[in-house]
Amino acid sequence: MTAELILETRDLTRTFGALVAVDKVSLQFRRGQVHAIIGPNGAGKTTFINLLSSDIDTSFGSIHFNGQDITDLPPDKVSRLGIGRSYQKTNIFPEFSCLQNCWLGAQSRLPTSMRFVRPARLYDEVREHADKALRDCGLYQRRNTVAAHMSYGEQRQLEIGMMLATNPQLLLLDEPLAGMGQEESFEIIELLKKLAEDHTLILIEHDMDAVFSIAQQLTVMVNGQVLETGSVEQIRNSKAVHEAYLGEDEDES
Amino acid sequence: MNTRASRLIRYFLISNLLLLVAFPWVGEHFYVGLVMNMMIFGILAMSLDLLIGYTGLVSLGHAAYYGLAGYLLAIISPESEAVSIWLALPFCILGTALAALIIGWFSVRTSGIYFIMITLAFAQMLFYYFNENTDLGGSDGIFIFFKPSVTLGSITLLDLDNHIVFYYFILVCMLLVYFLLRMLLASPFGQVIQGIRANENRTRALGYPTFYYKLVSFVIAGSIGGLAGFLEGMHGGIVSPGHLGWHESGLILMIVILGGMGTLYGPIMGAFAMIFLQDWFQEITVHWMLLMGVFVIAVVLFLPRGIAGLIEDLAAKLDKSVTDSNRPATQKNGESGDG
Repeated sequence: MTAELILETRDLTRTFGALVAVDKVSLQFRRGQVHAIIGPNGAGKTTFINLLSSDIDTSFGSIHFNGQDITDLPPDKVSRLGIGRSYQKTNIFPEFSCLQNCWLGAQSRLPTSMRFVRPARLYDEVREHADKALRDCGLYQRRNTVAAHMSYGEQRQLEIGMMLATNPQLLLLDEPLAGMGQEESFEIIELLKKLAEDHTLILIEHDMDAVFSIAQQLTVMVNGQVLETGSVEQIRNSKAVHEAYLGEDEDES
Repeated sequence: MNTRASRLIRYFLISNLLLLVAFPWVGEHFYVGLVMNMMIFGILAMSLDLLIGYTGLVSLGHAAYYGLAGYLLAIISPESEAVSIWLALPFCILGTALAALIIGWFSVRTSGIYFIMITLAFAQMLFYYFNENTDLGGSDGIFIFFKPSVTLGSITLLDLDNHIVFYYFILVCMLLVYFLLRMLLASPFGQVIQGIRANENRTRALGYPTFYYKLVSFVIAGSIGGLAGFLEGMHGGIVSPGHLGWHESGLILMIVILGGMGTLYGPIMGAFAMIFLQDWFQEITVHWMLLMGVFVIAVVLFLPRGIAGLIEDLAAKLDKSVTDSNRPATQKNGESGDG
């Protein structure tokens, strides 16, 4: 447990009017680990991820990525620093083919896309990255299929593929298994395990079996606050967590 | 769209182009002038389509650049002789580009209905400025007595006062704009703006500062609109506040929708159809606006993807009924070649 810090939040807070969605969350994420965030609906998990990716602004507190304060950076800068994210609600370019979807991800790693003359398709390095992302997310065979014409599960895969195309160090995954059947879930879990080999993952997920099979670190959030954080074993044995949340789920499974 | 159907469309477009090339030798003087108008509006509509159909920015103030370039041409043209095109053209285009940069800086950060309103408001500000400015002719507008000269040293390269030379000058400008926009859309920049149209938030999350891409697209569209205004100033010999009013902006928007957003040839076809019908309906009745309205409603109801959509559907159908696929394609040319 001595791997270096990749991401740290200090007193991270976000309010919506009178509601404190994320309340002074101070967490540390270590490079190379899978850190899952669990908690009941409305616990502030998605808001927390949205703060990390800068999709929404922070009210109070700070975020540090590789030692750099990224609290006030816009989402495009955060992405270019190496933080990729996927969304709970599928967020793709529906009328583009899979290749085009991943292409935009890969092309964003050019120093700039303010290039107006040479056709994009001649950028071999972009093509290589896009193809690799398609292969990694298992959609290489479907590369010319329009995203809107694919199944929900495939669109979820594409969601991850687009993120991978940006070649991130840190992946923020907001319920990658949401709404998936068992077989599709299994494929995504295998994919996540493979990604965990050379990426850092922060994962929100309701499927406890999946969480326990992938994650090393767990944080339980309730009402915008961190209830408990630690290794999977620590959380399993935590009394507070059992009372507040975990107990019921474990009994079910 | 499969490759054979798109090849059919290409043949169709090329044959239309050949008709355009041949037209000044067969058409009456008046109609040659009308086709020049159509081509100028084709340029203007393509530039607006870069915003609407490819970047997802619905501007209701696009005539501002068109009219502004006309005024800039009037300002830089002396009353008694022709101005050099090497001075006038960059002046007009850079001037409109600067205006687009300023207007875009404020408007591109908004979206949807707010973007529509703010572009409209800026265009109306320009309208009232020129409408009240008596030095520039006020509401009557101002004449441009001489077309800019195209000379190199003492040699005249192009005599734009010659009707036919000027016709080809406009045609070449239209083709240049068409291929320039095709190049842009195929470039990395083009991929990003099309991503913005499809899903701006996701485009930003993938690492693109979308504001700057939208702004650059806005400035390019404004500059090309400026080119159209420059040509219109030369062609009409007068520029008036009407050129940058919201009525004109609405007309360009209608042309783009009529022709088919998100294609480049569609807006050109839309411009040809719209101006042809305007001219025709005006001959038939004084209530021609009524006919125009019926026509626009019919297109929106029955051809939601505009003329370009119709052409694509026909090409796909032709491609399916493989037999004798070339004949009906040439038949189609006649219809919209005139229009």
